Parts: sequence; C-alpha cells; structure tokens
Amino acid sequence: MAIDYERLKKIACDIRVDIIKATYHAASGHPGGSLSAADIMTVLYYHEMNIDPADPKKEGRDKFILSKGHASPVLYSTLAHRGFFPKEELVTFRKLGSNLQGHPDMKKVPGVEMSTGSLGQGFSASIGMALANKLDQTPARVYAMLGDGELQEGIIWEAAMAAAHYKLDNLVAIIDWNGLQIDGKNDEVMTVTPIDEKFKSFGFHVIVIDGHSMVEIVSALAEARETKGKPTAIVAKTSKGKGVCFMENVAGWHGKAPNDDEAKNAVTELGGEW
Amino acid sequence: MSEKMATRQAYGEALLELGETNKNIVVLDADLSKSTMTTHFAGKYPERFFNMGISEQNLHGVAAGLAHSGKIVFASTFAMFAAGRAFEIIRNSIGYTNANVKICATHAGITVGEDGGSHQTIEDIALMRTIPGMIVISPSDGMSTKMLIKQAAALYGPVFVRLGRAAVPGIYEEDSKIEIGKGMCVKDGSDYTVIATGIMVNEAMIAAEMLEKEGISLRVIDMHTIKPIDKEIIINAARETKGIVTAEEHSIFGGLGSAVAEVVVQNCLTKMAFVGMQDTFGESGKPAELMVKYGLTAAAIAAAVKSL
Repeated sequence: MAIDYERLKKIACDIRVDIIKATYHAASGHPGGSLSAADIMTVLYYHEMNIDPADPKKEGRDKFILSKGHASPVLYSTLAHRGFFPKEELVTFRKLGSNLQGHPDMKKVPGVEMSTGSLGQGFSASIGMALANKLDQTPARVYAMLGDGELQEGIIWEAAMAAAHYKLDNLVAIIDWNGLQIDGKNDEVMTVTPIDEKFKSFGFHVIVIDGHSMVEIVSALAEARETKGKPTAIVAKTSKGKGVCFMENVAGWHGKAPNDDEAKNAVTELGGEW
Repeated sequence: MSEKMATRQAYGEALLELGETNKNIVVLDADLSKSTMTTHFAGKYPERFFNMGISEQNLHGVAAGLAHSGKIVFASTFAMFAAGRAFEIIRNSIGYTNANVKICATHAGITVGEDGGSHQTIEDIALMRTIPGMIVISPSDGMSTKMLIKQAAALYGPVFVRLGRAAVPGIYEEDSKIEIGKGMCVKDGSDYTVIATGIMVNEAMIAAEMLEKEGISLRVIDMHTIKPIDKEIIINAARETKGIVTAEEHSIFGGLGSAVAEVVVQNCLTKMAFVGMQDTFGESGKPAELMVKYGLTAAAIAAAVKSL
C-alpha cells in the first residue's frame, strides 16, 4: 500500500500545534526538543509500530521509549492524537493531579512504556525490553528515542555495549540530533560527534538521515527491520524548535514555554487554530 | 541449628530452586557471578542469565526493562555498586516505576574484609529505605535467606536484599516461621531488648548468654525486614523491657537503628543505644578483626545494654 506522506506531514503539524498548546497552558515544559522529534514520532505511531490504542498493553506489541523524557509534550500529543487518551487532557500537562507529569510516568499514562526523564535510563530499560522479546521469541520491536545531549550520559554507552553484545536486532535507537542542549551547542558544552562513528564502533548498524524527511524516516525504519544480528542506530539530523520560525535552532527554547503572543504566532504558523 | 554458611551462598541455592519452578525468573549480574553466587543459576539456566559486564547502572536499567516485560528479575552485584553507584537508576527506573526487580546485593558491610573501605558498604540500608515502596531485607543466616528470597520472588514489586560475604552461624531451622515484614524474637527476655539485623543477630545471641551470667535477661529480635519495619514487635519491646539496643553492620545513621528509633519516638519512648559503624569508613583486615576494631561484637552489644 502506498504511503500517504502528505497525511503524515499533516499529522506531524497537528502534533506540533498541541506541543505549543500544552506547554503554553502549563507555562513550562520543553517545546524545542519536542518539535524536533515530531516527524519521527508521527512515522513511528502512524506507520511503523504495531500498537493498539484500545489495548495499550496488548501482548506482542511494539514498544516506544522516550529516553529523552523531557520531550514529553511530543509523546503526549502523539499518544492523544493516536487515541490512547482524550486530547482534552493535554491542557492539564504539568498541573497538580494531572496524569501528564512533567516527565512521562508509565503508571499514569496509557501507552507510556517506561517512566523516563532522568537521562540515559530509558535507553537502558529498552535493552531489557528487547532482551525480553528475544527470550519470549516474539517478533515485537523496541524503539528508543535519545537526545544528542543525552549521549553524554555514561549509561548510554553501557547500554549500547549490551545491545550489540546481545545482538538486539529488534532494537532501534533513534538519536534526535538537533545539536543543542540547555547550556548551548553540544559542541561547546561537551562534544558528542561523531555520533554515527561512535555507534558504529559500538557494534550498531548506523543510518544517518534528515529527521524531518518522512520518506527518509520511513525508509530508515524499514532498513532497521531488515538488519539482522545487530541493533540499529538512526542518527536523525533535526532542528530544535522545528516548524516555529522563532524557536528553530535556539537553545533558549529547550525548556521555556511560549507566552500568549508567542503561542498564538506559533500555532498560526503551524496552520492550527488558536 | 542449621549449618554455617554465607547468606550469598544461600541466595545462590535459592535461585537454583526458583529457576526450576518459575520459568519467568531471569538473573542479571555485573561480572561478579562467582562472588554473588548467581553462577549456579547461570550454569543451569544460561538462556535466562544475562551478564551485563562491569556496568552497574545499565544492569539496573535493563532489570527494569525486563521486569516491565513480565519477568521476575534478580539483579546482583556488590552492595556498594548497587545501592551506591546505581542509586538513582534504582530510584527512578525501579522504584518510581514499581518494577518487579529483586536487587540482591552481596558483600555488604565491613566483613567484606581484606578488600578494604572502598568496598565495605555501610550506607545501603539507609539509601534503599528512602525509596518509596522499596522493601529492604537483611537476613541473618542461610536458612532465613532462602525463605526470604523465595518470598521476595512471590511478591510483586521492588525488593533490596542485603547479603554478606562471610559464612555465618545458622540461627533457624527448616520449620522456622520467617515472614517478610515480621521481626523474629529469637530469644525472649525481660530486662532489655536487642534488635539486630544481619550478622549482628548472632552477636546479639552471644551477648544474651554473656549477660545472662550477670543476671540480665536479654530479648533478642532478628529484624530481617527493615522496611516495612515490624512496629508491633518494637513497641512491645519498648513497653515490656527497660530499653532497646540496635545492632547492625551498617552506619548508625539511617539504618536499622534509625528505623527503630523512628518507631520508638512516635509510639513509646524508651532509652536506646546504637551499635554499628560510628561515622567512620572501614579498612582492610580479617572480618573478625574488623568487627572487634569497629565495635560490632557481642561484647560491644553487652556494653551498650549496660549503658542504658
């Protein structure tokens, strides 16, 4: 069946609108790294993964782990759009009593497979999930999204070693390579490049793509499926704040919510309704 | 009395039995399987054993992932590298997510001996009991270790089990009724109470014999579960005897002594004294020598009782 790329682009746009709205209503949160990941999330949840919003714990399902847990707005927006919970809940993000904690809590939100936010730990847990799938001899796959700044955590490389050692070809690490972290450019804070060569030397099959090209994301995930005997790392070049001109490639939008005017302008630019 | 054995040895044997009856049990280690005794399980059930290498952070993260895929996970390394090095992974990936992981940490306390202060964990009980929902167990002998490990496997949720390197005398019989969360009165007495955990239970029994000769009747309680702590047995001791001494191979800050004191001050005030590591690190030496030097002996317990 032909893939409707225009539909995927439209969904990604809608998800971006909700990222802006959720962080605006929360008056806090992380829009930059959420916007950069929106296209990848769309392909995962609308094309790649075997999931059932009506039965979030279905046996044999694929699992997604947002290791860069601060990008919770993109995960919540995607899950809500996909029908895991009502979209109306998005405005409760970060508020007292909400299921939508600042960083994802698996005990509270259907579809969240692992509580994350303390960097590096989601990737480590995804190794355990992929190992369990091997043990259970299920074809189910595990996808972990990592931030580029997150690669500075030591546990990432412990986990990467284990993924290759146990030949976890059912595991895909997707690195949202937007080049920025809280204090500025990765290269100024702590160099993480060359990301591709690092993962290659750790025993991964590595694919470098444009993380905003639906075609490239779809094709990389397909290539990962065909890769046997080793895990795959998709190094996705992205722009932090993608889709909102005044947020794009500005480190300051890592962990800051838009005000009234900014939110309105962002939503309008994305073609959404305010 | 059951035979003398190290609690880590009993753990290794319990795992073997559990592996046979429950195919859902998987075991992780970090290059210490011959010391933590998970090697027996690894030999018999290699497909359910994963050596994670010298990567204790990842060991605990992977444990969480396996647990959230329906496995009952036993994760082992030395107590220093579990409770200490991997604390925040245990807190966030295992505790916060209520993962069904049993952290069975060996070589706890100063009786690690010759390896020295860098490897002698005296903070693990304190660290682990601050994590909401974490059950903290510190068995006193081989028999009770086996029983407690099997009970830990049967309940859902995170458990930390503190195990030792050195062989310890048996305290229980096969028909002893050990239950997670219930302190055991291993010797009744009417004057004072010693609440001990781990290897200090045996020292407390010897202290009781010593004091008996001086006409002092000592009650000895094995507090093998430090969290949730058995409040009732503590309150009864506070009411029925003239004071409580706690004894642990652990810092006097935050461990068993603190847990007992929390119950005492909120329920039934009594005099207390704390036998344990007194704000100091350990050092290399033979376990018995270290216990004398750092005051973790029957004599030290007896002296603490008399100080009340």
